[in-house]
Amino acid sequence: MTFSQRALYILRTFIKYISLVLITFISILPTVSTVITAFKTEEEYTSTNVMTPPNSWVYFKNFVTAWKDANMGLAFLNTFIILVFVLIGSIMFGAMLAYILSRFKFRGNEFIRNLFLFATLIPGIATQVTVYQIMHSMKLINTLQGYIILMMGTDVISIYIFIQFFENISVSLDESAIIDGCTYYGVFFKILFPLLKPAIITCMILKGVSTYNEYYMSNLYLQNKSIFVTVSTSLYTFTGPYGNQYNYICAGVIITILPALIIFILCQKQIYSGLTQGAVKG
Amino acid sequence: MSNLNTTASKGGILSRLIKWLRSGKGQRCIIMITFMTVPLLLLIGFAYLPFFKMFEFSFFNMKYIGERKFIGLDNYRDVLADKEVMNSLMLAVYYLIGSFIQLALALYFATMLSFKTKGGSFFKGTIFFPYLISGIAMGFIFKFFYTRGFVFDTVLTRLGFELENLPYWLRDKGINNVSLVATSVWKYMGQNMVLFIGAIMSVDKELYESASLDGANRWHQFRYIILPSISTIIVLNMILSITGSLSAFEPPYVITGGTRGTATFFLLMHNMAHRHQKVGKASAMALILFSLIIIVTIAQKLIFKYVFSDSNEDVSKKTARMLRKQRAKEAMR
Repeated sequence: MTFSQRALYILRTFIKYISLVLITFISILPTVSTVITAFKTEEEYTSTNVMTPPNSWVYFKNFVTAWKDANMGLAFLNTFIILVFVLIGSIMFGAMLAYILSRFKFRGNEFIRNLFLFATLIPGIATQVTVYQIMHSMKLINTLQGYIILMMGTDVISIYIFIQFFENISVSLDESAIIDGCTYYGVFFKILFPLLKPAIITCMILKGVSTYNEYYMSNLYLQNKSIFVTVSTSLYTFTGPYGNQYNYICAGVIITILPALIIFILCQKQIYSGLTQGAVKG
Repeated sequence: MSNLNTTASKGGILSRLIKWLRSGKGQRCIIMITFMTVPLLLLIGFAYLPFFKMFEFSFFNMKYIGERKFIGLDNYRDVLADKEVMNSLMLAVYYLIGSFIQLALALYFATMLSFKTKGGSFFKGTIFFPYLISGIAMGFIFKFFYTRGFVFDTVLTRLGFELENLPYWLRDKGINNVSLVATSVWKYMGQNMVLFIGAIMSVDKELYESASLDGANRWHQFRYIILPSISTIIVLNMILSITGSLSAFEPPYVITGGTRGTATFFLLMHNMAHRHQKVGKASAMALILFSLIIIVTIAQKLIFKYVFSDSNEDVSKKTARMLRKQRAKEAMR
């Protein structure tokens, strides 16, 4: 290596790490500042700068207050129930539909695929005006089941992930099972469904994250917040009377982020690959 | 069984039906019906039915409850003449510029992190994590972040700026939309980056090796190997960011509530429907937005049909050709 090449290499490495450190700082600064504030007493919060570290990192009173005031125990329970049903429902229906669309040749197959694709172009929040009326006429407003049905709805990305996955499973597997006297249901539930495991995990993560973080529709369809509060809508508690009491608000925000952080640390790889797959097929 | 026999002898239709149901064809039919009914009902009930109803509503002057009056195209005329609506479409330009910056940053860091980097997965994780924060939590975080004298101002004063010279990030009309766009970049840049890393990783590793044996430097590797092989996903993301910026909603909804000139088209539509209860006008807005999205999507299909029709060509061949050309050029000098 000549001298100039070496200098260039060092310069490049320097720029690389400087920019990485800078972007990391920007990425975590907003969240870290809320963590700092969440540990401050009311007095500290009003008297010190927001970036000054708190006196004690084990002062949990704000968290307790936020948890109680925003009714977060109930919120986590509701979100858990919603997650269980939405995940089971959307994965079962998605896999079933994908099985039909990838294994059966029939007139209308292409049409149904396009129907699902085209639906993604309809701006979701825009149609809520009319979805609300439909939900209202079915008496599904302010019911968990109504919200669950709505969230199971049309999850095109998981359908496409499943279709892609089915196309990589040899059809001869189905055929030999049919010859052995297996019904189509048997083929699906006993043979193919267990093989779908990686695709199911991918879909569970994608759908799980979006369901956990969903706040717009839950605010609209689960208006009775004293009963049907979810983790994200529990944060709406802090909009009105809390005003600028950010020590409580930040504690509430941290509580809702924590589960996402834990899941992220545990399944980083699956989240990345899930996203990549979902985007390429979607 | 005897029961079946009697019915069969009576009409024969039922027995034929049962026979058909037991046949392969019948079985296929049954499973198709049982497996597709629920997903199709959900799709029609929550996507198509609302969509067509919205189309109908857009011609009426109506609220959620009460009488409705047919007014033809007046809603559309009102929307297009509305100054606020035009302003909101201008805001889409802010979001579009923001998302191009976001894509450029994502590409830069994705390329960097695709090569060996100390602490690479840590950097990747921290850059990506904002994507997993819910919109409503993000709203609180940034209201706090931008408040006068709080996080952002503190950082800037430490860097030597005077607090008096700093604007009110969410109030001053010149800057508040930039502040909002920045939060959107903050949230989605990491996700774009992960997509790009995935695409770069799928490029054949041998290409880099053979290229570096041929004397290609990092820039050559980026320009002639990485960029061509992920150009499809980049262009796709650029087009998606057009529809994305037209339907920008979250940052103003959760941070400013659309006050002081930050209301995007989507937010105006939301307020129209839920605050002012002007269902007809909101529906008209939704359909205008929908037609814009359709136009962009058609353009996208055309671009991919005509510009990227050769994208299936073997990348290594293309790369080899480009490298040869490049080296020939350098030799000429």
